[in-house]
Amino acid sequence: MSRAEVVIAGFGGQGIMLAGYILGYAATIYDRKNAVQMESYGPEARGGAAKTELIISTEEIDYPIVEEPDILVVMSQEAYTRYHSKVKSNGTLIIDEDLVDLTPPPPPGVSVYKVPATRIAEALGRRIVANMVMLGALCAITKVVSPKAMEEAIKSRVPKGTEELNIKAFRAGYDFAIRLMRGEVD
Amino acid sequence: MKPRFMQGNEACAEGAILAGCKFFAGYPITPQSEIMRYMAEKLPKLGGVYIQAEDEIAAICSVIGASWAGAKAMTATSGPGFSLMQEALSYAVMTETPLVVVDVQRLGPSTGQATKCGQGDIMQSRWGRHGDQTLVVLAPYSPQEMLELTARAFSIACKLRTPVIVLSDETVAHMREEVYIPEGLEAPEPPRPKPGEAEFFGSREPAGVPPMPRVGDGFNVMVTGSTHDSRGYRKTADPQVHRRLVTRIVAKIESREPELRDIDYYGVESPELLLVAVGSAARSVKEAVRRLLSRGVRAALFRPRTLFPFPASTLSQLAEEAKAVLVVELNLGQLIEEVRKHIKPPCRVEGLNKIGGGEPIAPSEVEKAAARLL
Repeated sequence: MSRAEVVIAGFGGQGIMLAGYILGYAATIYDRKNAVQMESYGPEARGGAAKTELIISTEEIDYPIVEEPDILVVMSQEAYTRYHSKVKSNGTLIIDEDLVDLTPPPPPGVSVYKVPATRIAEALGRRIVANMVMLGALCAITKVVSPKAMEEAIKSRVPKGTEELNIKAFRAGYDFAIRLMRGEVD
Repeated sequence: MKPRFMQGNEACAEGAILAGCKFFAGYPITPQSEIMRYMAEKLPKLGGVYIQAEDEIAAICSVIGASWAGAKAMTATSGPGFSLMQEALSYAVMTETPLVVVDVQRLGPSTGQATKCGQGDIMQSRWGRHGDQTLVVLAPYSPQEMLELTARAFSIACKLRTPVIVLSDETVAHMREEVYIPEGLEAPEPPRPKPGEAEFFGSREPAGVPPMPRVGDGFNVMVTGSTHDSRGYRKTADPQVHRRLVTRIVAKIESREPELRDIDYYGVESPELLLVAVGSAARSVKEAVRRLLSRGVRAALFRPRTLFPFPASTLSQLAEEAKAVLVVELNLGQLIEEVRKHIKPPCRVEGLNKIGGGEPIAPSEVEKAAARLL
């Protein structure tokens, strides 16, 4: 894909911004593509709406705003309600299935992937790494960034001492998505 | 060289540090807060000084003081704070004090929509102060330019002994993108006097830049916002002294327009449609021009990175063959007034403007406006 527009949305405290930052970091610094990341969030530090937008491209990026994402990752019902209708008709929707109910349904033609990111993170010991699980799934499903670049970016950008856990979460999400695409899990 | 993935505000602060900034005073305001945060973290470790002032007036005044003490000094703010700084900025113009003010524009008037993007300070950046005055305004449109133009602002401020404004906006400031750190960003010292010299506020040249002593170096320095002669003595009734001083202060900027000129031009050489925009609006326009060119429209983007002094002669020349000039702004029409002054009929000058909610101007809207003009 020469150009991909990505929106990751949820609520404050889920690490939405960090996920977007790491994705953009991986794309530019390790995959040597162009990326622009934009952020928006509610007035509260935690609990408010959080959204990050990225454009990743092999071409120069001028206009930095995502109008219709190719890829939408949602980790809250509010984010789903707000953004689901904007996904491109052949786009990709990835949801945390424990946090998001697909009503109303997404536009026809959108491929939906249900990833229990928070549950997987809890099984690893810390729900705070659900964002990394989602990044793993995103990486496996969409291939917008290489897994090697993602792992390098995670190692260099997460707080010191948490690299191992974050990488573990990324791989768990990646592996889950691979099995999901093979039909090995629901 | 390895690039970094940086936010516009972070890149701005890093650009200042690389230019040699050793003093930052500011008062928190969205959407520039990351500049302060970056400075608060980095400057003390580099032997610099960071002050969170009690308000924007104190911030700009302490920046002026730091500059006279010999530090490369900066503050950063947004619309409401920028308004508070205007009086002291006028003093900095009159006293020929080198400093940098970053204005990350948000949506006013007043507290308006404080977290949203706007470009309503374009005319304030040029004309916000009382009295006859001018200064230099630079307008970045990417994190890379936030870094480079902030560094350049220090260089211009020091060479010309003048305040320089870096006029950014919320979108550019909060955007993350690849940033390369170029070599040689360190700004020069302002011209310093030699022992025995005593004329720090006058020059034989009509657009000359006098040497600036540092307070504490042993020179007899008087710094006043009142009209002063070349030695700094107040002359508050002498018409000649006032005329000479203020004319030189304005001429030292205006006469250097050719060397300060910095234009990003994208498109065909003699366009039938010339689009003018700065900051984040210019990113929409660049994409629109790309699309127009691919459809065979003879279009071009004229983006003055040095916004003031305005590159009037270049614009006039480029528009000679044009049917129309379209000025695209996230305000109700400010830059268009400057553009209009330099375009002759029959070429038309029209605006494409949008305010509210931080909504950007989409490239498709620019294309539509372009179609109406051709």
